[in-house]
Amino acid sequence: MIKFENVTKTYPDGTVAVDGLNLEAPTGKLTILVGPSGCGKTTSLRMINRLIEPTSGTIYLDDQPTSGMDAALLRRRIGYVIQHAGLFPHRTIVDNVATMPVLLGEGRQKARTKALELMERVGLPANFANRYPWQLSGGQQQRVGVARALASDPAFMLMDEPFSAVDPVVRAQLQDEFLRLQREIGKTIIMVTHDIDEALKLGDQVAVMRVGGKLAQMATPSELLTAPADEFVADFVGRDRGYRSLGFANAAGTVSVSEEPVVHLGASAAEAQAKASGAWVLVLDGARKPLGWAQPELIGSELKTEHLNLSGTSASASGTMRQLLDAALSSPSRRGVVVNDHGELIGTVTASDIVRAIEAEPHLETAR
Amino acid sequence: MNYLFDPAHWTGADGIPSLIGEHLLYSLIALAIAAVIAVPLGVYIGVTGKGVFMIAGLANALRALPSVGLLILLVLMISPAFPSKMGYILPSLIVLVLLAVPPILTNTYAGIRAVDAAAVDAAKGMGFRTMKILTDVQLPCSLPLVLSGVRSALLQIISTATIAAYISLGGLGRLLIDGKAQNDYGQMVAGAVLVALMALFFDQLLAFVTRRVVSPGLTRRNLKTAPPALAADVPPAPITV
Repeated sequence: MIKFENVTKTYPDGTVAVDGLNLEAPTGKLTILVGPSGCGKTTSLRMINRLIEPTSGTIYLDDQPTSGMDAALLRRRIGYVIQHAGLFPHRTIVDNVATMPVLLGEGRQKARTKALELMERVGLPANFANRYPWQLSGGQQQRVGVARALASDPAFMLMDEPFSAVDPVVRAQLQDEFLRLQREIGKTIIMVTHDIDEALKLGDQVAVMRVGGKLAQMATPSELLTAPADEFVADFVGRDRGYRSLGFANAAGTVSVSEEPVVHLGASAAEAQAKASGAWVLVLDGARKPLGWAQPELIGSELKTEHLNLSGTSASASGTMRQLLDAALSSPSRRGVVVNDHGELIGTVTASDIVRAIEAEPHLETAR
Repeated sequence: MNYLFDPAHWTGADGIPSLIGEHLLYSLIALAIAAVIAVPLGVYIGVTGKGVFMIAGLANALRALPSVGLLILLVLMISPAFPSKMGYILPSLIVLVLLAVPPILTNTYAGIRAVDAAAVDAAKGMGFRTMKILTDVQLPCSLPLVLSGVRSALLQIISTATIAAYISLGGLGRLLIDGKAQNDYGQMVAGAVLVALMALFFDQLLAFVTRRVVSPGLTRRNLKTAPPALAADVPPAPITV
């Protein structure tokens, strides 16, 4: 657990970066500090490992005040990941990852063995071990940064905008993998981001900060969307928060799924016509996995891949209301494809089915 | 060219080998002193950001020094205080050191400044103490620039050390001064050629040392296509006369 008790940071020129912050990051959970630039989120993070000293107030690490500790020894207990990774350019990847074990006095050979395990854990191929940071892409460097922070198996981790310097596709991938990793390792993490979507996606709880270094609201992602504390939080969370809050609502058992007649590739136009309801028919592969929608009237002699319309997304029955609604809205037939956990077809839902389910349940059960 | 190949000129206290030896000795002593002054100072300024004005002001002012004028001035000031040859050696060394400090100082400062701030922040955040950040991150990362400063300082020193001969000290400058006095152009050319060769040799030597000690992670050399060890394995081409 990391706890802020009335922590204030005032700079000599009178700027108040953080103002009376009270906050608790529970053990094993990912707590996100989010807010516009100048809200003091990074300052708050850097006060935890005392890269910045608080002006007043106390920060506790598992109930021990950090102020009395040796700063360097304190930092060695906390994994630290920063925006541009900050790898040592003159050291190979494996030696970068081995930094912390070596610093803590482990033999170089043992530290390297550990480093190789961690590289594998964060999805870096073993043949990267002897490369240098400049030979890696930004996303790969960030993986090394995470592996380096984990190498000493710290109980705590601080992450300062860890995924914001990479392109959106790589960012989403890193986020997903990081969530999976965190589920395995269960570190006590505080992460800073300016990206509310990232905060809502990753955080077990999210602390929204406002300019002037004050905490505006501390809540779970779905609470932030459904019950913002004030106008600032509501604005910061964003305009389409109603739609996005569906991303935290469990779909399972709320919406009735209709059976959908299907055809397979190679079907004749007549067969497709017989199965179609409206202008569209759903096409499956041999393993009952949806391939796409087709219009029977456009099929010549037989149904081929080129006849498929791929615009529809498919939603998992155990997923969220948002995925379900998106499946319905994106489908050319307006019937959203619902699949089970193996990707096999269960049936379809329409937007009105989903809206009816939403209207019937004013307090949707949250997904987490 | 005959001067160079006359065996008589290769022996004795005034022979070419001993001139080269003296020249080298002055040069290396001056370089060592300059490095001992400039590297720590450059590191200090680079790390703390204190005294940056020295880099722009002092360093450039020192570069503009007229070396011969300064040498004469220092001899006039210092030599009365020392009875021996020291009164001449010391001024020469001071001039050479003053010449060598600016390139080493500015490059060390620039090298430290150019170290990726994120790497330094990461090191600090992981619990490196100040000294360890310096020895493990800042110094190795600034090494390429520091060494290139040392390289240009050494070139300056080797070429300028010829002026020691002005105040009747040894070194390859003797060939230039004496040759001029005796209207022996062959001797002057020999001196010039030897100084140039010495400068080239040390330039290559330092380039080689740089390749050996600087991490390929910094120079971005591809180890597979250009193994740095190769240069060491090839013996220098034999000189045919």
